[in-house]
Amino acid sequence: MENVKSQENKQYRIALRNSGLIDPGDISDYIAFRGYEALGKVLTEMEPAEVAKMVKESGLRGRGGGGFPTGLKWEFTLKAPGDEKYLICNADEGDPGAFMDRSILEGDPHSLLEAMVIGGYATGANNGVIYIRAEYPLAIKRLQVAIDQAREMGFLGKDIFGSGFDFDLYLKLGAGAFVCGEETSLIQSVEGKRGEPTKKPPFPSESGYMGKPTTVNNVETFAAVPPIILNGPEWFQGIGTETSKGTKVFALAGDINNVGLVEVTMGTTLREIIFDIGGGIPGGAKFKAVQTGGPSGGVITELDLDTPIDYESLKNIGSMMGSGGMIVMDDSTCMVNIAKFFLEFTQDESCGKCTSCRVGTMRMYEILEKITNGEGTEQDLINLNDLARSVKDTALCGLGQTAPNPVLSTMNYYKHEYEDHVYNKKCTAGSCKALLSYSIDPEKCIGCTACLKVCPTNCIDGKAKEVHVIREDECIACNACFEACKFDAVIKP
Amino acid sequence: MQKQHEQLKTNDFVELPKEHYEELETYISGVKDKEGSLIHILHKAQEIFGYLPKEVQLFVSRQVGIPAAKVYGVVSFYSFFTQKPVGKHKISVCMGTACFVKKAEKILDAFAAELGINKGETTEDMLFTLRDVRCVGACGLAPVVFVGDNVHGHVAVEDVKDIIQQYRKGDE
Ligand SMILES: Cc1cc2nc3c(=O)[nH]c(=O)nc-3n(C[C@H](O)[C@H](O)[C@H](O)COP(=O)(O)O)c2cc1C
Ligand code: SF4
Ligand code: SF4
Ligand code: SF4
Ligand code: FES
Repeated sequence: MENVKSQENKQYRIALRNSGLIDPGDISDYIAFRGYEALGKVLTEMEPAEVAKMVKESGLRGRGGGGFPTGLKWEFTLKAPGDEKYLICNADEGDPGAFMDRSILEGDPHSLLEAMVIGGYATGANNGVIYIRAEYPLAIKRLQVAIDQAREMGFLGKDIFGSGFDFDLYLKLGAGAFVCGEETSLIQSVEGKRGEPTKKPPFPSESGYMGKPTTVNNVETFAAVPPIILNGPEWFQGIGTETSKGTKVFALAGDINNVGLVEVTMGTTLREIIFDIGGGIPGGAKFKAVQTGGPSGGVITELDLDTPIDYESLKNIGSMMGSGGMIVMDDSTCMVNIAKFFLEFTQDESCGKCTSCRVGTMRMYEILEKITNGEGTEQDLINLNDLARSVKDTALCGLGQTAPNPVLSTMNYYKHEYEDHVYNKKCTAGSCKALLSYSIDPEKCIGCTACLKVCPTNCIDGKAKEVHVIREDECIACNACFEACKFDAVIKP
Repeated sequence: MQKQHEQLKTNDFVELPKEHYEELETYISGVKDKEGSLIHILHKAQEIFGYLPKEVQLFVSRQVGIPAAKVYGVVSFYSFFTQKPVGKHKISVCMGTACFVKKAEKILDAFAAELGINKGETTEDMLFTLRDVRCVGACGLAPVVFVGDNVHGHVAVEDVKDIIQQYRKGDE
């Protein structure tokens, strides 16, 4: 996988400890790196409640976005009445721009399996499910191989390590619905149904899969468990900030030199991640913003780059930790367009169960479309803000409750850009098609035909050695002619 | 159910290969918890038939023993499932955040213009289907385009014509 290699010293690998090092298809490689040792310790030396307590003391919090204390969640399920309980791993990885979990699933599948058996023991579950997105065929294949090997070695199945504890697990595939990453919706989907969220309470720890107490945890959360058992909770406690312990994996992408996965201790600053580890912005362009939390998060500006990241600090600056997507943007990115991009995503993915989210995200998207088309009005800006606040307060599930965040945060930090689109009909970043018009300077054009050849929509007219003309209504503002012209004759808006 | 039967008799009934139905039937008979595995069964069906027309949905509903409306409810909920036939080459332009920031929108527009179809559509000669997809986990190569299983990374607008040509040629 593409893990960022530079400045390795600023990185600290817990979740990615084996990825890229071991052969994921060979269980003996994993065992050689102390694999299944934590499971042995748990099953032979500890009571379930002790395991949950140890994880609680470590300070581990959910890496799927919510940040809920993992040990506490485990205690809830353990204490819930009934003897049929389930453990589910959320490997849906829905943030469109993130692939942390994929890297663990493909590069180190046994670390997940080991942690799930430990989690099953600690929560009183004998059955586990890994819910994985169908878009990850390689991960599915490697997990299946790993499960078969673990069964063969007796790490899954009956009477594991001679402890009398039985645990087995199987895979369930998603089918391309972002909302299925939300835990109640995920449980519906695991049952083979439409993945519509259900009201909480009851929480899955009381009534989840098949109405039984169920724990749902993210892949990266699980990956941290075996090292915590082996090194002790104090070790993990010692890493990170006051409220957030351990490390977090981010998928660094966008306008950045070193694209890939980075794992850093909580409390590392965004500036260190982007400039020291990520190597800064390519092509001498200027940093504009960094987006975390995917469609549920917000943008962070230059002013907040020295914020030490943890769950709370990111929330305080209008974004969130999320699952680990980190998209860097240079000054050619239009903030209104970015908000529109996320709203297009959320309105498309809204399951439609509650009106506020279904209609609200659609309305917000329409307003953003109007603004980027240069047709926005002052009233639109007011309506957009009101809508965002009302959807946030009234939606049923996390998708709707967080969908307005990209709008609210860009409106907060880049109000002038919205105003520029509305009052001056200008997109200074140069990305809103309707506000751009490409043309050719007849004084400079020598008729070399280079632009005509590259134009994907064939909207440039002209003969060799004659001045060329762009038919503006068919131009998609792709910039190809601008790059092709060696005579600076193409005028970019 | 009544309505579905009527549809069966109307002209949009499509004849699909018998072997395909047999293959699906064999698969379904081997599944233990059929209702709970509906999504898996539909994945298999789409793998076999290429898409999930009404006929296949009805077949699944009978085999699994649940109402056709329920099967349709699941098929229509999940974007991975398609009810329309797809072209020989599936062009998937990644519109995940990283690719979007790298101007993937323009790549998608260029493909649409060059093929003369909108996203989600198939060319009349059934050669190309154009789709937008979410992060395919290759953000380092952004903007990314998949044609079938082939990855094209760092795609520029100027490359679009060549990419299409490459697959057209391959078919001749
Ligand atoms: C719309 C939405 C999408 C989500 N997608 C994911 C996801 O793809 N992966 C994930 O682990 N958690 C996702 N979550 C969070 C889960 O609901 C749940 O909190 C998490 O899986 C719990 O595991 P953790 O405590 O280990 O983080 C999503 C939540 C919402 C509201
Ligand atoms: S908030 Fe949106 S996604 Fe969530 S239940 Fe309501 S409509 Fe569905
Ligand atoms: S590339 Fe420039 S000089 Fe050549 S025809 Fe086009 S506009 Fe004129
Ligand atoms: S910007 Fe693109 S579409 Fe417009 S004229 Fe130039 S090459 Fe053609
Ligand atoms: S966003 Fe396109 S590959 Fe990740």
